Amino acid sequence: MTLIKTKFNRRSFLRTSALAGGGIVIGFNWACSPGETVRAAPSEWFDVNAFLSIADNGQVTIMSPNPEIGQNIKTSMPMIVAEELDVAWEDVIVKQAPLSKSFTRQVAGGSGSIRSSWTILRTAGAAARQLMINTAAQQWDVDPKTLTTEYGVVKNGSKKMTYAELASLAVMTEIPEEVPLKDPKDFKIIGNSKKNVDTDAIVTGKPLFGMDFKREGMVYATAMRPPAFGLKLKSFDDSEARKVTGVSDVVQFGDKIAVIANSTYAAMKGQKALKAEWTSDGKLENTTDHDRELRKMLDTKQDTPRRNDGNVRGAFANADKVIEKVYEAPFLPHNTMEPMNFFADITDTKAELIGPIQTPEWTQGRVAQLLGREAASVTMDMTRMGGGFGRRLYGDFALEVAEISQKIKKPVKLVFSREDDMTAGTYRPASKYKFRAAIKDGKLSGYHLTGAGVNSGSVTRENWFPAGGIENYKVETHNLRSNITTGAWRAPITNFLAIAEQSFFDEVANEMGVDAVQLRLDILERAKTNPVGAIDYDPDKMIGVIKLAAEKGNWGNAEAGVSQGFSAYYSHNTYVAEVAHASMRGNTPKVDKVTCAVDCGIVINPDAAINQIQGGVVDGVGHAMYGDFSFVNGTPQASNFDKYRLIRSKEAPQVDVFFVESLNDPTGLGEPSLPPAGGAVANAIAKATGNRVYNIPFIKEEIIFG
Amino acid sequence: MAIYNIQVNGERRQVDADPDTPMLWVLRDTLDLKGTKFGCGIAQCGACTVHLDGKAVRSCSLPVSSVANASITTIEGLSENGDHPVQQAWMEWDVPQCGYCQVGQIMTASALLAQNPKPTETDIDQNMSGNICRCGTYPRIKKAILSAAEKGGSNE
Repeated sequence: MTLIKTKFNRRSFLRTSALAGGGIVIGFNWACSPGETVRAAPSEWFDVNAFLSIADNGQVTIMSPNPEIGQNIKTSMPMIVAEELDVAWEDVIVKQAPLSKSFTRQVAGGSGSIRSSWTILRTAGAAARQLMINTAAQQWDVDPKTLTTEYGVVKNGSKKMTYAELASLAVMTEIPEEVPLKDPKDFKIIGNSKKNVDTDAIVTGKPLFGMDFKREGMVYATAMRPPAFGLKLKSFDDSEARKVTGVSDVVQFGDKIAVIANSTYAAMKGQKALKAEWTSDGKLENTTDHDRELRKMLDTKQDTPRRNDGNVRGAFANADKVIEKVYEAPFLPHNTMEPMNFFADITDTKAELIGPIQTPEWTQGRVAQLLGREAASVTMDMTRMGGGFGRRLYGDFALEVAEISQKIKKPVKLVFSREDDMTAGTYRPASKYKFRAAIKDGKLSGYHLTGAGVNSGSVTRENWFPAGGIENYKVETHNLRSNITTGAWRAPITNFLAIAEQSFFDEVANEMGVDAVQLRLDILERAKTNPVGAIDYDPDKMIGVIKLAAEKGNWGNAEAGVSQGFSAYYSHNTYVAEVAHASMRGNTPKVDKVTCAVDCGIVINPDAAINQIQGGVVDGVGHAMYGDFSFVNGTPQASNFDKYRLIRSKEAPQVDVFFVESLNDPTGLGEPSLPPAGGAVANAIAKATGNRVYNIPFIKEEIIFG
Repeated sequence: MAIYNIQVNGERRQVDADPDTPMLWVLRDTLDLKGTKFGCGIAQCGACTVHLDGKAVRSCSLPVSSVANASITTIEGLSENGDHPVQQAWMEWDVPQCGYCQVGQIMTASALLAQNPKPTETDIDQNMSGNICRCGTYPRIKKAILSAAEKGGSNE
């Protein structure tokens, strides 16, 4: 048992109604699912703190503070509260919280929701539980320390009072200063799979998503944006657009033109009928130019390397053998299945925004700035998101719709067509890596990584593996500036760095004639026992997942006709190792299965965690195999799924997931299984075909895929 | 604009729309049936899948003027209480992540099972490969379909 002060964010644990801020309840369903016990509807709810309220019939409403993007925190965050509150999960109703100062870090990003809210959520539940105990103690006139709880009941020997009975009194009882947290060994809800609280609403087609949001009197908008990066609006002719049935208005905002209509389709049709002329607003860039510039950078010294241990120059000068390889990856669009959209109703007296957003608070501030108002006067409500993957961090669509609503003085929903979505993106930066390894007396004596990316900041993670495990170690990074907008894309930077790095280690192991897993373990042993310089990862945990994946994936003992590829990567505080199993179909390799070992600390909701990990692997395999996006004269060369290939059912591998048992605080799972997947696949392909893939998408490597 | 009498989920509905309006938008914006999703608009992703006389079709590429007397079923009409065997299998396997594509997946899967009650994994791969899931739930979708088939999943 741990004692924790409720003071560190006391506002969250005071009696405030989270819905006071104007929260919307979407997809909330009183009806019981089949088989569920029917109980009396609650007649009164008592707000115990910002996270939860308890009804007089024993039901508990728990707010899920963070945006739901498919990572299933709408289930796992309330599970943590319910665990410490000590109620039955069957009594819990979950609601999406609005943006509110009662909560911290209401962000979906960086696989950080669970990790950063773990203690807060536990404290919220524990504080409410203690409040029930203290209230019961007053009633019975006993020492609270003598009381226990179980499934929403406070017990004093044979005497019992339910939370439902206590709730009305508890809200008048003083908030406890210090509350006990459970010993993780006593968890009853955490660690036991609970169904996604929205699955029944999803499979019955309930209007959960921003795209589904509708308000009486609302109009629809689409927007035409510059067709190329480096162009701005010169003039436009909207005469044909205005003739489209249902189109009511056409308005310019900045370098964009909004078409306003009484239906989504009319707005889209109106947009197609617009004629616009564009003029230069900078360079019109080409992928071929980026490729040339980035390659040049790989041969350029960085003035101050990101890291430089030992004597790298000496190690390479004295090497028996030097291995040098270059790996290359293109830009990628996010392609959330739900295209960008947002609702706004901006009047002189209010600014109301509703929609799918990963960063509600930051976006609220930006909208306020745009409108020249106080942030507190802008309301921002979150709908379920049809995927995010980083695209919905940026809020550009919320700014656009706010501006449109302000101009036309109407409630309006802005919708992107797939073409708008894919061509007005914030892309995963194109990047390239050059790896060099020095081999001396059969040992890896030197390591030199140079990375270069487009608008990517640093493309290296120099204090992660293999840092600390190689005597002479140097990392350099370069950034190529561009007018193409780039941004976070599921597992930013590492989504390709890991593929390149883990491919390279396979090649180094082959050249050295050592087992690919053993090479990693040897480096980690050095990083663990006698690290060279400081490191930002835990070699022990990495060793743990590597050994587990090797064991469960039967590493080194592939069945006949199966080629294995290994990869391990640490990102977002989680450790993942994967074994890809590939076989040849005619002359081309196919990834049949990926075995995955994960150390994410305590696993909150095991089945949902497995789902995340499986999805990350499938996504990682898919984008490594097929992800391809380029620019000619600033113009994206794909704008829909006829020209942009995403992995499909028949190409998806089976994914087996194993967890390292752990009582450490939980870390995130939205991203960490993706980075290692592409490397495991590249290594399996190399073994299956004898040929190495160096460029994303792998499918374009004609020597292998024809 | 023209008036169309179309049959949706067993009911006659009168809608006033341009002849080229895709059924997707008639369903979503005119009839307020939001279960059918917009994904690509060019029949490449499957998010908008509905049944037209029992066959899975992409409603984003089906003009309202072409529907005539055919019967349209959307997710709202697939079952009365969300208890079609395919929906139940989706719940049993807790398939969704973001959930946006899942209605389309379910409509494709239910049409497949109606026509082929015991599909092989290859049948599933072939039939389901028109539906994209960026979250990568394909392995679970496959398991859910096999499980629905096992339990007599066509609901007929």
